[in-house]
Amino acid sequence: MAAALNIQKGTSKHSAYDLRDPNSDVIERHTLAVIVDNEPGVLARVIGLFSGRGYNIDSLTVAEVDHTGHTSRITIVTVGTPAVIEQIKAQLGRIVPVHQVHDLTVEGASVERELALFKVVGAGEKRVEALRLADIFRANVVDSTLESFVFEITGTPQKVDAFAELMRPLGLVEMARTGIAALSRGA
Amino acid sequence: MRPRLDRGFFYALRMHGRTAEGTERQMTQMTGAKMVVQALKDQGVEVIFGYPGGAVLPIYDELFQQNDIRHILVRHEQGAVHMAEGYARSTGKPGVVLVTSGPGATNTVTGITDALMDSIPLVVLTGQVPTFMVGNDAFQEADTVGTTRPCTKHNWLVKETDRLAQTIHQAFHVATTGRPGPVLVDIPKDVQFATGTYVAPREAGNAHYQPRLKGDAEMITRLVEAMETAERPIFYTGGGVINSGDAATQLLRELVDATGFPITSTLMGLGAYPASGKNWLGMLGMHGLYEANLAMHGCDLMINIGARFDDRITGRVADFSPGSRKAHIDIDPSSINKTIRVDIPIIGDVAHVLEDLLRIWKSRGRKVNKEGLARWWARIAEWQAVECLRYRNSDTVIKPQYALQRLEALTRHRADRYICTEVGQHQMWAAQFLGFEAPNRWMTSGGLGTMGYGLPASIGVQVAHPEALVINVAGEGSWLMNMQEMGTAIQYCLPVKQFILNNERLGMVRQWQSLLHGNRYSHSWSEALPDFVKLAEAFGGKGIRCSDPADLDDAIAEMLAHDGPVIFDCLVEKHEDCFPMIPSGRAHNDMLLAADAEAFREGAALV
Repeated sequence: MAAALNIQKGTSKHSAYDLRDPNSDVIERHTLAVIVDNEPGVLARVIGLFSGRGYNIDSLTVAEVDHTGHTSRITIVTVGTPAVIEQIKAQLGRIVPVHQVHDLTVEGASVERELALFKVVGAGEKRVEALRLADIFRANVVDSTLESFVFEITGTPQKVDAFAELMRPLGLVEMARTGIAALSRGA
Repeated sequence: MRPRLDRGFFYALRMHGRTAEGTERQMTQMTGAKMVVQALKDQGVEVIFGYPGGAVLPIYDELFQQNDIRHILVRHEQGAVHMAEGYARSTGKPGVVLVTSGPGATNTVTGITDALMDSIPLVVLTGQVPTFMVGNDAFQEADTVGTTRPCTKHNWLVKETDRLAQTIHQAFHVATTGRPGPVLVDIPKDVQFATGTYVAPREAGNAHYQPRLKGDAEMITRLVEAMETAERPIFYTGGGVINSGDAATQLLRELVDATGFPITSTLMGLGAYPASGKNWLGMLGMHGLYEANLAMHGCDLMINIGARFDDRITGRVADFSPGSRKAHIDIDPSSINKTIRVDIPIIGDVAHVLEDLLRIWKSRGRKVNKEGLARWWARIAEWQAVECLRYRNSDTVIKPQYALQRLEALTRHRADRYICTEVGQHQMWAAQFLGFEAPNRWMTSGGLGTMGYGLPASIGVQVAHPEALVINVAGEGSWLMNMQEMGTAIQYCLPVKQFILNNERLGMVRQWQSLLHGNRYSHSWSEALPDFVKLAEAFGGKGIRCSDPADLDDAIAEMLAHDGPVIFDCLVEKHEDCFPMIPSGRAHNDMLLAADAEAFREGAALV
């Protein structure tokens, strides 16, 4: 399934577009993995495309993933109607240093993870409660003083959101999130 | 994002591989500036358009010491880009521009954007401040790759001389492959001075950028099936046919003549099918012909070949050709389903797809729905009988349409006639009243609508075709925007004919103000115009003025007979409107003809 739905550069025939109502007004959330040449300005090209054509970015992560092949992987979470999502993919595919555009949302099952750091300041009962909840969420303590913790949590964005909500009344003062990294499931 | 700290390492690794490989080849060492000239020669470049400045002096010094590449000195960098566009559009080869850093580079932005919108292959070389000064707000520094990133197909900042030749070769590859477009290479001055290894084009490697040319056979077969049964088919062709090359034009003509289907074209596609061809309906779109737009609205099979459903073509999208199946042949996947959802998408080069299409259609017995087609042509004949281009002529004042009809009559026989235009009413009238029998004979700014395009474009065309008849149909407003390029025409003895339809108005703006803004002509007339005859003489050219319809033929003949640049100041009716017209946001079948205009004005006043 996943292979058959690969949206390669320059093709539209096997687009997953055909599986859905193209005229739908429903706003969908899609996770795209964009494989690019790791060259100066490539991220600016991708971001400039989104701002220039009025598309949305919910989350964006980028890092080099293949040293020898000199390629980076940009993971973008975007929202739009099916027609807009299809256009975003086509426009991305047309950027010269872009090799492949994968729509993980329609190419079969995928896993999505995000890493976040939380700084929680407090004393007494609140401090104990924060530590207890961190344990439930399998968050790690990566820094500690007598009046603060820094927790590290990895999970789906929903899990990170839930943890943030719980930490807020317990003294959450600062938060850093990486944005989503995602891969398709299976071989 | 992770900073790229390891670039040097990988670069060294790649260079190592290349050196090992290159021992058999001739390794040529030269300066970056020499490399630029060598790379252009190896790419077959014969002429470049440019303007020198501090950051490109090393390259200009190299140009001085050779005779293979001709350099045309422009008067403004925007002019250089439009000249390169005219050169490219009329030859099918990429146009090359060389300018300096900072203002030299920023002045090219309008032209580059114009080329991007109309898919014109250009290679723009810009000088840059030395690498160690980049980011320092140095004199004449601008972030050129940042500024031009959204308006180029791709661009590069070259930081090492060893990468320069390869980058320029790749730039030519990207500009001319797939959907053509402008690219830019930014070259810091120290990179021009330093010595490095030159790489020939075939050794440059073009990475992964290889857009596919062959269309999907299954989709092409589906289109053939649709063509066999369609009762009301139409070909809707665009600039993609011309960009694809002469083979595409030949195949299109064969296909149209063999099937007997009617054909219309966008502004950018004029000439791909001859205006004298029997299946020709004329241009479509906002100021397209009534029969072309009505046929698009009423067809049951629309075959889009190399056009992009521009908003000036579709009118109101929701009502665009509601009853038709639509096929779309385009080399750019992002053009498919962008504004109009199509039933048969075919991604590929027009010539490749048409070849397969014809082969499959022939092998299945050359079937068409003859009865349906006969009824369809009868219906089209009714629309043609409306004679939508009719206008009221005058004995006392030159109507712009009449001026173009006379220009057409007196130049039609010239197979080497090239027409450029500026942007506005005159451009639409030129598209309506001039006939194009061959591709690459019509240079106009379609997508961006750049006033000031025509004069420099005509110079670029004349540089490419020194013996040809090159006419720029202009309005006085547009023409003044790049009039400094008359100096270029004079310097290089380029006999371009500037045919200015002078109504002392920004005609298209005035027309919209008349139709939609209650006749309030806000800043749409030309005060303090120069005396164009004296202006021509001041530049060293010939000026002709004509205001009487009775003198027009003689005046045009005088212009054609003069072996040198001419400014023809044709004083025309000041308040003529361009019809037919689909008012912005309306449907194709809701066209405004000259006769309806008064009623429309009254209606608009009420809303």
